[in-house]
Amino acid sequence: MISVLALLFLWMGVGFVLLGALGLARFPDLYNRMQAATKCVTLGVCGIMIGIFLRSGFNPLGVKALICAAFILLTVPVSSHALARGSLIAGVKLWKGTVKDEFTKDRGAEPIIEEEK
Amino acid sequence: MARRLAYFIAGLIVWLLLSWTVNYQEIIAGAAVALLAAGMFGGYLPVEPKKLLNPVRWFWVLVYIPVFGWQCLKANIDVALRVLSPGLNLKPGIVKIKTSLKSEIARVFLANSITMTPGTLTVEIKDDTLYIHWIEIRSDDPEEMAKMIKGPFEFFLKRIFD
Repeated sequence: MISVLALLFLWMGVGFVLLGALGLARFPDLYNRMQAATKCVTLGVCGIMIGIFLRSGFNPLGVKALICAAFILLTVPVSSHALARGSLIAGVKLWKGTVKDEFTKDRGAEPIIEEEK
Repeated sequence: MARRLAYFIAGLIVWLLLSWTVNYQEIIAGAAVALLAAGMFGGYLPVEPKKLLNPVRWFWVLVYIPVFGWQCLKANIDVALRVLSPGLNLKPGIVKIKTSLKSEIARVFLANSITMTPGTLTVEIKDDTLYIHWIEIRSDDPEEMAKMIKGPFEFFLKRIFD
């Protein structure tokens, strides 16, 4: 029973990581790609970690996997936030379909939305 | 001092979980490392230590975890569907919302939680204003927008940290 559940978690994790990678390739600009990279990959990796924990139980490997999952959940949003903020300030352009950009407006800088070709 | 003590205990617990033995050598090594870390960084602990002893806050933490897990799963399915749909359904933009949370650590956790929910990614926190990259803007009204983005998180975080 538990090994079936573990396999389920592992496959779910692998599936989400795959979708995250696909999102990285398909989305148009850095900020949208960050969305795919943070959400899908975080849950995917956490799923894999929980699968490992279920397979190995309460031993050094399983508990390390759980702690790993907790730290990934805590740190990935922070790093994605830092990357997105840094890119905005450095002037990496937003996709041309972007509706508004209040961050750049409030900083009083030039808008960095890509122009329609 | 209390901050350093709390940091020391948390550090020791993480060390023991990582090594997963109760061998006395491990405990001594862990205590030494935790002591060093607490001495160096304990002063930066952003939570007031006496709040850590309040069981009501811990109860809300336990409620918060499944709520967060559910939102996280929803977020992933949302992004996954977007990735797989041929037209991508994008209407991105950066919006700003206000939060009523007071403490810095609560704001950080709100920002992190928002990053994990459907289509939103926190870009910057400035005092009580959060700048958020939203993958599909569904509203123009600031109040409604804030409600959609923050979801249930502010309610819980206020009880946990403030």
